Amino acid sequence: MSAYVLKRTLALLPTLLGISIIVFLVMRLIPGDTISAMIGTQFKLTDAQAEALRAYYGLDKPLPEQYWLWLTSALQGDFGLSVRTARPVLDEILSRYPLTLELALLAMLIALAIGIPIGILSAVKRNSLLDLSGRLFSLVGLALPSFWMGTLIIYVLSVYFHILPNSGNYASLVDNPRENLGQMIFPALTLGFAFSAAVMRTTRSALLEELGKDYARTARAKGRTQRDVILRHCLKNALIPIITLVGFETGYLFGGAIIVEEVFAMPGVGRLLLNAINQRDYALVQGTILFIALNFVAVNLIADLAYALVNPRIRYD
Amino acid sequence: MSHAKNKLAFGFSILVLLSLLLGACAPAVQPTPEVIEREVVVTKEVPVEVEKVVTQEVIREVLVTPTAVPEKTPVAGGTLIVARAGDMQGTDPHKQTAFTSFRVLEHIYDPLLALDKDMNVIPNLAETWAWSNDNKTLTMTLRQGVVFHNGDPMTSADVKASYERLLNEETGAAARSFFTSIESIEAPDDYTVVFNLTAPNAAILAAMTNPNSAILSNELLESGWDPASEAIGTGAFKLARWEPDNVLVLEKNPDFWIEGLPYLDSMEFRTLPDEASILAGLRAGTLDWAIINNPRVGIVAAGSSNLVVSKATSLAYHVLQLNANRPVFQDLRVRQAISCAIDRQQVLDTASLGEGQVTSPATPPFYQAPHDQLFCYTKDIEKAKALLAEAGNPEVKFTIIAATDEPPTAVSEAQNIQAQLAEIGVTVEIETLELGVYVDRWLKADFDAAAALNGGNPDPHNMFFRYWHSTGNLNSVANYSDPKIDELLVKASASTDPEERKAIYTEVQVLLTEAVPWVWLYTSYEYRAMQPYVMGFTPLSNGSTMYLRETWLDK
Repeated sequence: MSAYVLKRTLALLPTLLGISIIVFLVMRLIPGDTISAMIGTQFKLTDAQAEALRAYYGLDKPLPEQYWLWLTSALQGDFGLSVRTARPVLDEILSRYPLTLELALLAMLIALAIGIPIGILSAVKRNSLLDLSGRLFSLVGLALPSFWMGTLIIYVLSVYFHILPNSGNYASLVDNPRENLGQMIFPALTLGFAFSAAVMRTTRSALLEELGKDYARTARAKGRTQRDVILRHCLKNALIPIITLVGFETGYLFGGAIIVEEVFAMPGVGRLLLNAINQRDYALVQGTILFIALNFVAVNLIADLAYALVNPRIRYD
Repeated sequence: MSHAKNKLAFGFSILVLLSLLLGACAPAVQPTPEVIEREVVVTKEVPVEVEKVVTQEVIREVLVTPTAVPEKTPVAGGTLIVARAGDMQGTDPHKQTAFTSFRVLEHIYDPLLALDKDMNVIPNLAETWAWSNDNKTLTMTLRQGVVFHNGDPMTSADVKASYERLLNEETGAAARSFFTSIESIEAPDDYTVVFNLTAPNAAILAAMTNPNSAILSNELLESGWDPASEAIGTGAFKLARWEPDNVLVLEKNPDFWIEGLPYLDSMEFRTLPDEASILAGLRAGTLDWAIINNPRVGIVAAGSSNLVVSKATSLAYHVLQLNANRPVFQDLRVRQAISCAIDRQQVLDTASLGEGQVTSPATPPFYQAPHDQLFCYTKDIEKAKALLAEAGNPEVKFTIIAATDEPPTAVSEAQNIQAQLAEIGVTVEIETLELGVYVDRWLKADFDAAAALNGGNPDPHNMFFRYWHSTGNLNSVANYSDPKIDELLVKASASTDPEERKAIYTEVQVLLTEAVPWVWLYTSYEYRAMQPYVMGFTPLSNGSTMYLRETWLDK
């Protein structure tokens, strides 16, 4: 097991290196740089001024040298400074991370809490009215983009209930859990809703497949109740595809968080990345994307390890 | 520059890249359609509300009068919750260019001079100023008893150091070009500063009112302080906390140099990228005071019975910039035909729902040229067609670039111009660009035409010289110059007599509208929406919110 984890972790390094190179190049291929983004169209600097600023941010050096400088300091844990706040990139990311992590986890919990029960009901009462409405629900969930759903929630709540779910000033979970959860519930619902549809569909099809297998029939023949067969035997086996789904969807939740954080004005990692791209804050973009990628890979690894927990036949030696 | 909501598109492209990198194993979020959809939602919301508004608007205007004569005695204390669409971009006042940064930094830092509500230059850190007879020496007496937030007194050494920092090319200061006529700065005693100029420049006073020319502490600068990481000024408020994109808190400066001000104990700035959400927050009572840029939202806010909206005609102007360097625009008659074919009021009505005024090239009311003296300020299709015929009926086809949401009306303006120019057989294409890409192409003058919102200035010199003098620092983007205009601009800056300057600038405007390097369109409003209990705020047409220091809460 630990050998497997080690192997997977080592395999991660080339991935991260590749990502960092591509992000580095893409950011510099986009028209405009840190300096032009700073200046805008209302001012113009003399060439000497612009050169001085480029030199200050190290942008006057050749690209390979810039990358090498970034890489060597990144390996020592220094990811550079944000242009906007002059604070270390790592501090910026870590101060935003708890919110994004909480958002992604809450969204996942909501998705599982909605998706699995409806999926089970749909599978058990196949082709009933219940199943049909469950499938309709999942279609709606998959088709509703989160920015639209978010805007709709904000609109309905603010116009009809005079509550503004995105009023800014997010409280921290540690300092003020009550206020924090109140602020997080609607963004998490928005992000989790589409995901719940995917969970529901996967649960339904996986469970249907298991219910048709020989062991399920045997269990029934032994006189087990239908409830037991479903929850004790089949659901456990049906969990494998659900875990796979949770594994990579959680990665996408971090991506989807960019939209939800923007709509709900949340100071998370996603919005940090979005603003960094708009400001051509190179070091911040590189650091943030690397961090998101790291999360993605880590969640996948955890999902792989979780297989062994639900199915003892799977071993990692 | 308003700060934007819909910058998602760009982030998405990176997001897509990311998902590719990580192995596309699951259905990804669909990127592009989302942006469009979101805009639809915003526009949808408006027409419904607009109908209600029209009748009420006039009534609101009465309330709008800046509360210059408060009936009640101001009460000190309380926290004002401020909302705006874009957060501060950095704390170094000399390097900021975004309006969103000015709206915070103008409370932390003080420039030498300030503006009153009629855009007259008034004392600020400098109490008095005098010009020498040849208008080349400006002597200022500084206010005594002003201290920085760290307790150090503000003296002439600080002024000298600040202006020298600003002028030093190494600093990369945004406003440097307004001060290049400064040859040297002397500080004969603690409270006297002398600016020696190479040539007379009356407009330098207006340039000294901007947060970009804020006074920093000489001692701190010498000790290696970086204004980008810590904000220490002489302003009415101190920066207490800044969590970018979440909350920014300004606390009262108890040692502020105006006795008794500010009234507020603190201001809490929140960033809500979508102005429709800001409006919702105001209606829900979560927010006290907000900056609104989008005229659609402004109109709806003005129609809400429980909100007070102050409107000040902005000095910033919407303009169609033509690049006279492009072959299609090299023939003057083609540019003139375009100017004649555009009904400016129609652009204003379509893009900004009529919220604004058609403007001459100089936007300050005093310098506004009479529109009947300007070339083709009334639409004249026949004249446009005749001009094109005279030019040999060339095929006129060009592309207008517009930045997403900068301003929010840019794309609608381009679309309306596209429709109007179709009437004379001119084909227009529109290219919408992410702001960073737009800026890059604009600075390189890599465009046929651009739909832009340009910042204004209380002094036309600061508006014109940069673009229209052949040595102006943005002349390479404007791509048009005329020795006659050069001469007039220099003449106007040498004079300190307002009436004489006004006459010269009118002549400049007549020449500019005849040459049509740009098509000047209209100015819109600076909207500030607030709860009825927010008192004593005076809006300024340059967008400054400095009079929040005189604002108090009546609740």
